[in-house]
Amino acid sequence: MDLQTLTYLVVGASFALYIGIAIWARAGSTKDFYVAGGGVHPVTNGMATAADWMSAASFISMAGLISNMGYGGSLFLMGWTGGYVLLAMLLAPYLRKFGKFTVPEFIGDRFYSKSARAVAVLCLLVASITYIIGQMTGVGVTFSRFLGVSNDAGIYIGMGIVFMYAVFGGMKGITYTQVAQYCVLISAYTVPAMFISFQLTGNPIPQLGLGSTIAGTDVSLLTKLNMVVKDLGFSEYTSQVPGSYLNMFVYTMSLMIGTAGLPHVIVRFFTVPKVADARYSAGWALVFIAILYTTAPAVAGMAKLNLHATVNSAVGLETDASGRMAVNPAVISANADLYATEASLVYEERPDWMKRWERTGLLKWEDKNGDGRIQFYNAATKDPAALAKIEAAGWKGSELTVNADIIVLANPEIALLPNWVIALVAAGGLAAALSTAAGLLLAISSAVSHDLIKSIFVPDMSEKAELMAGKISMAFAIVVAGWLGLNPPGFAAGTVALAFGIAASSLFPAIMMGIFSKKMNKEGAIAGMLAGLFITLFYVFAHKGIFFVKGTEYLGLIGGANSFFGITPEAFGAIGALVNFAVAFIVDKMTKEPPEHIQALVESVRVPRGAKMIDGAH
Amino acid sequence: MDNNSAAYWQATLGLLAKILVVWFLVSFGAGILFKDALDNISLGGYPLGFWFAQQGSMYVFIGCIFYYAKKMGDIDRKFDVHEE
Repeated sequence: MDLQTLTYLVVGASFALYIGIAIWARAGSTKDFYVAGGGVHPVTNGMATAADWMSAASFISMAGLISNMGYGGSLFLMGWTGGYVLLAMLLAPYLRKFGKFTVPEFIGDRFYSKSARAVAVLCLLVASITYIIGQMTGVGVTFSRFLGVSNDAGIYIGMGIVFMYAVFGGMKGITYTQVAQYCVLISAYTVPAMFISFQLTGNPIPQLGLGSTIAGTDVSLLTKLNMVVKDLGFSEYTSQVPGSYLNMFVYTMSLMIGTAGLPHVIVRFFTVPKVADARYSAGWALVFIAILYTTAPAVAGMAKLNLHATVNSAVGLETDASGRMAVNPAVISANADLYATEASLVYEERPDWMKRWERTGLLKWEDKNGDGRIQFYNAATKDPAALAKIEAAGWKGSELTVNADIIVLANPEIALLPNWVIALVAAGGLAAALSTAAGLLLAISSAVSHDLIKSIFVPDMSEKAELMAGKISMAFAIVVAGWLGLNPPGFAAGTVALAFGIAASSLFPAIMMGIFSKKMNKEGAIAGMLAGLFITLFYVFAHKGIFFVKGTEYLGLIGGANSFFGITPEAFGAIGALVNFAVAFIVDKMTKEPPEHIQALVESVRVPRGAKMIDGAH
Repeated sequence: MDNNSAAYWQATLGLLAKILVVWFLVSFGAGILFKDALDNISLGGYPLGFWFAQQGSMYVFIGCIFYYAKKMGDIDRKFDVHEE
């Protein structure tokens, strides 16, 4: 069977499964719609949370980013997992005990203020909508690369599928499809990784393979990789730092608290029956997430070595008779000369996968020195040793441009894995994008139907009417998300970082103070949220333009790029959170204490006893 | 606030503080601040600091959450505020 047909079959089968679940798991009440009935098993919820959390960016782009950033890429790994420790201990169990449907509802009740609730809704909408653009483009990209349909058609199909289970099933439909999507995406990620780890090191477990020696030699894989990239003028893989250690520290912290403060993740913990379940469920979520997140660095390092070896035979991996990557122990141990003329791959002899990806534009070759061979190195290097070798070899610039996404998407092809593995990667990419999109859509639609329509505009709405309002909001949110996917604003790439910045600087501190500070009042909380949000947007917009409109950057006003101790705008969320805490405490001290019944509410949120299944009752 | 709930909250905060120290040490500590020093030690083919940043910190995070869930359950029962 050819690859195209097989891909249609595998992706089609996964879609049929999601639709089957949609028909089985329809929402009959607001409780079903907002919290999946409230009786989800903690392990099931952990798995659904993992799919909810791991987006198109985690699945498609993260390993490529780590591959480029080397050690620096660790900030994504630690940041996006360490946040779960905070979520598990500081937020999830207490919000579960509180027992309402949405995050803004907690903020509104705890700070006894509709304005606080409205500010929280605003933060939630901005964070979730910016985040969803990336998912819709991910769906379009996967469709167009693997299934040969246009980007736009891909987005329409994706919208249709999400519509079926999210509109009719709400959180209930989303939960069970996310479980199925987790299974698809995790096998799509780990199977190719195991093959590649085995080929390179003889150890099929990627987490161990990355720390092993290359098969048939006593050379450690990471040592070899460091040597190759350093010789070619790149920074050493295991010690390359983005900006400064300080920036890396703050960036990691921003991702951690941003992760803990993202509403679409928090609401998943409202679906388990007990407070104790919410605690364990966060642990299970992290187990399922870590399976992918500990595999990613192995994929990153191994694919990087593979890629260099493909275009430079002196690295010591070669294509065997069947076209597979195989280790050549003699060349590896001898550290052959990467700058030898015949080491660079002749363009006409490049493998088939390179030809396929050249057609997508993600891989480009330009023969700068006119020798018909591919030279791939860091032309901007300052290392004198590398510069001398480049000069002597007559290289005139790096000739290969590689989009980072190729690291995951083309991985099975580079290693010449069977076609069904390639088809599985397509289904996995779609599962990752759709599951996250659905979770975000639920957060958006429940904020609209429950926090805006029901609480502010039509308070005496019946349950049936609210369920209908929820479904209509969901349908409307899908259309908006689809439209944004079809017409991605030019700033799309920068927006996911903004979502973390907003969650970190506004929502996380507000929720945390709501639980851990009994005396925090509404004036403090609102001022804190607004200050955190404002300072973060101010710093980001200074670099990227006001609302990302090109030409409206105002770097002069803040004294140049990264002027705050060299912190990049993506890393700024943690600083925004500090501002939030500080402003909240100052304002709190100047205004009067929260009323008695609110302090009693905080007392009751802190103890598990008395928790009931969430039913939205007031 | 009666004595029991004050003591319960103190016990909770004590547990949180302990775990947050571990959480900080394995990621920000071993993975960033002391990374260069730890890299002189190797774990298999991994430099140790690099291993903490790309593998070890995540394994310890998982341990942290399950330890927290278990200990918190013990504290709940000790102060008799657990769920039925």
